Amino acid sequence: MTQSAGSIRFILNDREIALASLSPTATLLDFLRLEKRLTGTKEGCAEGDCGACTVLVGRLSSEQLVYESVNACIRFTGSLNATHVVTVEHLAAKDGTLHPVQQAMVDYHGSQCGFCTPGFVMSLYGLWLSKDNPGRADIEKALQGNLCRCTGYEPIVKAAEAVAQARPDAVFDPIVKVRDDIIAKLSAIRSTQTIRIDSDDASLIIPGTVTDLTDALADHPQATIVAGSTDVGLWVTKQMRALNPVIFINGLEDLQFIREMDGGILIGAGVSYSTAFSAISARYPAFGRMLDRLGGEQVRNMGTIGGNVANGSPIGDTPPPLIALGASVNLRSKAGARTVPLEAYFIEYGRQDRKPGEFVESIFVPDLPSDDHFAVYKISKRRDEDISALCGAFRIALDSDNTVRSARIAFGGMAGTPKRASNVEAALSGKPWTEETVKAAQTAFDMDYQPLTDWRATAEYRILTAKNLLLRFFLETSGQKAELVRFEVTA
Amino acid sequence: MDNSTFEERKTIAGSMHSNLRHDSAHKHVSGTADYIDDIPEPAGTLHGALGMTDRAHAQIVAMDLSDVEATHGVICVLTAKDMPHSNDISPSHLDDEPVLADGLVQFHGQPAFAVIAETRDIARRAARKAKITYRDLPHHTDILDALENGAEVVTKPLTLSRGDAEAELELSPRRLTGRMRIGGQEHFYLESHIAMAIPGEDDDITVWSSTQHPSEVQHMVGHVLGVPSNAVTVQVRRMGGGFGGKETQGNQFAALAAVAAKKLKRAVKFRPDRDEDMTATGKRHDFLVDYDVGFDDDGRIHAVKANYAARCGYSSDLSGPVTDRALFHADSSYFYPHVKLTSQPLKTHTVSNTAYRGFGGPQGMVGGERIIEEIAYTLGKDPLEIRKLNFYGEKGSGRDLTPYHQQVEDNIIQRIVAELEESADYQARRKAVVEFNTTSRIIRKGIALTPVKFGISFTMTAFNQAGALVHVYQDGSIHLNHGGTEMGQGLYTKVAQVLADSFQVDITNVKITATTTGKVPNTSATAASSGSDLNGMAAHDAARQIKERLVEFAAERWQTDAGNITFVPNHVKIGDELVPFPDFIKQAYFARVQLSAAGFYKTPKIHWDRNTGRGTPFYYFAYGASVSEVSIDTLTGEYMVDRVDVLHDVGKSLNPAIDIGQVEGAFVQGMGWLTTEELWWDAKGRLRTHAPSTYKIPLASDRPKIFNVKLAEWAENAEMTIGRSKAVGEPPFMLPISVLEALSMAVASVADYRECPRLDAPATPERVLMAVERLRTGKA
Repeated sequence: MTQSAGSIRFILNDREIALASLSPTATLLDFLRLEKRLTGTKEGCAEGDCGACTVLVGRLSSEQLVYESVNACIRFTGSLNATHVVTVEHLAAKDGTLHPVQQAMVDYHGSQCGFCTPGFVMSLYGLWLSKDNPGRADIEKALQGNLCRCTGYEPIVKAAEAVAQARPDAVFDPIVKVRDDIIAKLSAIRSTQTIRIDSDDASLIIPGTVTDLTDALADHPQATIVAGSTDVGLWVTKQMRALNPVIFINGLEDLQFIREMDGGILIGAGVSYSTAFSAISARYPAFGRMLDRLGGEQVRNMGTIGGNVANGSPIGDTPPPLIALGASVNLRSKAGARTVPLEAYFIEYGRQDRKPGEFVESIFVPDLPSDDHFAVYKISKRRDEDISALCGAFRIALDSDNTVRSARIAFGGMAGTPKRASNVEAALSGKPWTEETVKAAQTAFDMDYQPLTDWRATAEYRILTAKNLLLRFFLETSGQKAELVRFEVTA
Repeated sequence: MDNSTFEERKTIAGSMHSNLRHDSAHKHVSGTADYIDDIPEPAGTLHGALGMTDRAHAQIVAMDLSDVEATHGVICVLTAKDMPHSNDISPSHLDDEPVLADGLVQFHGQPAFAVIAETRDIARRAARKAKITYRDLPHHTDILDALENGAEVVTKPLTLSRGDAEAELELSPRRLTGRMRIGGQEHFYLESHIAMAIPGEDDDITVWSSTQHPSEVQHMVGHVLGVPSNAVTVQVRRMGGGFGGKETQGNQFAALAAVAAKKLKRAVKFRPDRDEDMTATGKRHDFLVDYDVGFDDDGRIHAVKANYAARCGYSSDLSGPVTDRALFHADSSYFYPHVKLTSQPLKTHTVSNTAYRGFGGPQGMVGGERIIEEIAYTLGKDPLEIRKLNFYGEKGSGRDLTPYHQQVEDNIIQRIVAELEESADYQARRKAVVEFNTTSRIIRKGIALTPVKFGISFTMTAFNQAGALVHVYQDGSIHLNHGGTEMGQGLYTKVAQVLADSFQVDITNVKITATTTGKVPNTSATAASSGSDLNGMAAHDAARQIKERLVEFAAERWQTDAGNITFVPNHVKIGDELVPFPDFIKQAYFARVQLSAAGFYKTPKIHWDRNTGRGTPFYYFAYGASVSEVSIDTLTGEYMVDRVDVLHDVGKSLNPAIDIGQVEGAFVQGMGWLTTEELWWDAKGRLRTHAPSTYKIPLASDRPKIFNVKLAEWAENAEMTIGRSKAVGEPPFMLPISVLEALSMAVASVADYRECPRLDAPATPERVLMAVERLRTGKA
């Protein structure tokens, strides 16, 4: 592979940073607070859930400069090459004049204890940069990854509404003003050369191409591949695991694609949830609505569908809809490429069909025939930014006489892996699509799943709710309202 | 008392009763407000980490710390025997709370040692290398298990009794009994606990501690080190949230930092990770309430008997006063002609539970409101009707005596409820909800109006005192210090308003300074909603003293009567002459007038005899009410809060903007407690909901979709509080009981409202669905 010792280079606010020595698991938050003494960014949870550490990371995407909110606590510094990191200290003018987003938070009494506030300011700033006239639904979505324990959120949402009127080009803004300059600098830093940094205890590798990635994995089959670090980040901050080497693929252009294919779309493993959102919600609206409730905005900006699949969690939210849609995984290694149906990829709890040296390159999602019914239901204790107690995806095709031609149902949270409800599917197939059929099929869930009791739900709740969701699906295909919606979706 | 300060003036910036922003708001939004972890560390600062056990109840047979000590960068390891004077930090002085477990582990995660290292990361990693050998002992983490195992109590129970409840229950036309579980709650302050200790000369030590109670941290650090209080200075400028979680729980981190700092002669900082903080620090008490109520066919209560059993954890901490306050609020807003209430503060093998906003009061009230709900469903009536029938009456009505024999003198609950019922259009909306439920198969709605009456004062009478230190400098600028702590509630802002108002200077002239035991001694915790009542009055007293001296000086200098001297906006008026405040102060300085004063305040009237269960523990009551409307999904138990209307009494508000923030924030926090926030222990006694990924506090998208919050503008404290205001921190926390009851009504719709759903808290989607199932299938 193309070898270069190299360094990690990025822009922090208005300064260029080059790090020639770096532990692969060093976090951006520690870098900001401990090394740069930028203490405005706070640590609230160190697991990407509370948002007190929110910063913006700007990156080049199709030659556009996009800024996204991320959790600095679980973002590894090594993953920041060719980015622009913007912290709360960068927002106010040099003379102390507050940015309109900050001023609105003051004017509407959006802070009380103030500890979460820098994170809220950064999330709102990210929204303000990216969306004109956001509505309440947009604001709440942008704030799903930010916890406030004092205000009850009402004044923060009001501040966000008020500031939506003052547009970036109308006022001084630290990013808008220097956008072209940043693009030029990031373009210069960006490289298709592999970067490798060896520190005392571990190495980090940033492959420049898929071929480099393949080679690196052949050399280091036990390497940890990190895309969004929304899961691996916790291995470090919570479990304090030592990882060596770490291969960062978040900046790998070769994995950043969403390709229209015959009969479906091919999603590169490096594509974040946020980037994939529009393509997915256009083709599979129910899947898109569920993505809106996966993690918080920061996690969606970092995390990838590829990672969600690759790590094999039984409670990952994308496998159930992907399985119901008949998706397949494309794996690659130096030995070659192969394709596995997604449902076969999950072997058992903690074990997937991914060989040493292999990586998930892309996921193919077939088109959904226009007359198929498709729904995704995520059930969690808290509606947003929560891990599913269970997540079910239902897909059904009906013949003209209302007979079930085919049914594909998959659940997460009900077994050691994301798993199809094959007995339920069998109980529905060939039967008339009626409530009687549904009632009869509900009992088949007991054959498909023996869920566990844990802090998210009891086994009884999980199985009962899974059965009830089939009824919800039936009612909705029959045009009856059976789900709570906070904001009606507008196009 | 200088009543002139109670007059309304609007010409200075930042007077009392004005909508002033939080004093640190501009720093919060720009990241320049310093929390303790943001303060530059002294050179050579070391970092500590807790060494946590992994048994709920066990003897420590052996503890091998050699691998911990051998870790590169580790400076030392502390165990119980390293505490110089005492290993106890029991705030109740029952000697039941070790700094570090000494041979006996009483809850899962209880720290048994502490690692001090060059970096926090090294300390945390090293702490996991201990090899501890245990001999397991039986454990019980749950209240029912504790009861079945004959668990002891951690502190003496309380009985409140009036009349003859037993006899009247027998005589009542109707009678019912029931049981309710009420869950605990993690504070989830966004800033975890933290302490930084900096050693000084001789015995001296300075501790920066994220604490609501600097004086207690001072005492505990002194106690553990074996040095007098005058050697220990505790400071805190601000906390990133407290909510009661930093009333006693900071003691451990402060004590460990101080011990290490003195031992190593280097600054030492302890900042637990979020998971460690949630595992090792106390929470709101869970309760199991058994109630027995006698009533008549109209729904009027004749007698109530109830037992409040609480999960206190392994030690007493504040469980005594917390369970007491639960009983003080078991009456909610209702007169019980005959009543007997008992508390049962049970020992469990869980972290020791502690203060949390409302301090047991919310659990008491939830139990009281459940009784109302039971009566209403039994009689087929709207619970609001039952409420109105049982409200406390006017003073002297014969229906004004609480179970603790305090007369309710300031009752305004009828007016609050009547106004809210009207403004929220309750009756029409309730009709619409019932109508909706007749036609909607899956989605059901519920609506409820619940009241709040909350007693204000520490029930420990001695705590109702406060001090302030005020300096006026030669340039007319003012330095303010008081014993209250700032945790986001806007206390510093409110007290500064009091001072600006007293001197009639713009608030920009008042510098708010960090709370420190070196300036104002012997302070009480900033707790029990008392902050502005106590510290506002103390600051006002300090200003009074300085002003009296200034008036005396001016009367002599200008040769006029004291009555001709007034403090007017940014000036002092002497006869017809207007002297700018700074010029006037300069002259006073040259005339050798003392321009500094220590103010003091103690709450009048109150007294409480715990042994007899009689007294006047509360100076006054704060009132409020809310209407909540919700929708539930009867297939999954998921729900949404569609609309909330609040009318709340803060007396004559010192700062309506801050008070509305307190009401909104308390509502959402209380709603979280009653809905999605669930503490879950596994069979090994491990708390498995110990981080925001597993413990779910409300998000922006959980707040009521329509949220109308109003202060009762006509309200004024009947007592002579600062500016006739009322405490605001805790009372609105109980407003969202209406959310729980609205969920309950939506559930009840599946059985045509014939049966009280007995929905326990927290009403997670699972509990809602299981209640729906129970009612549908008719199974108990």
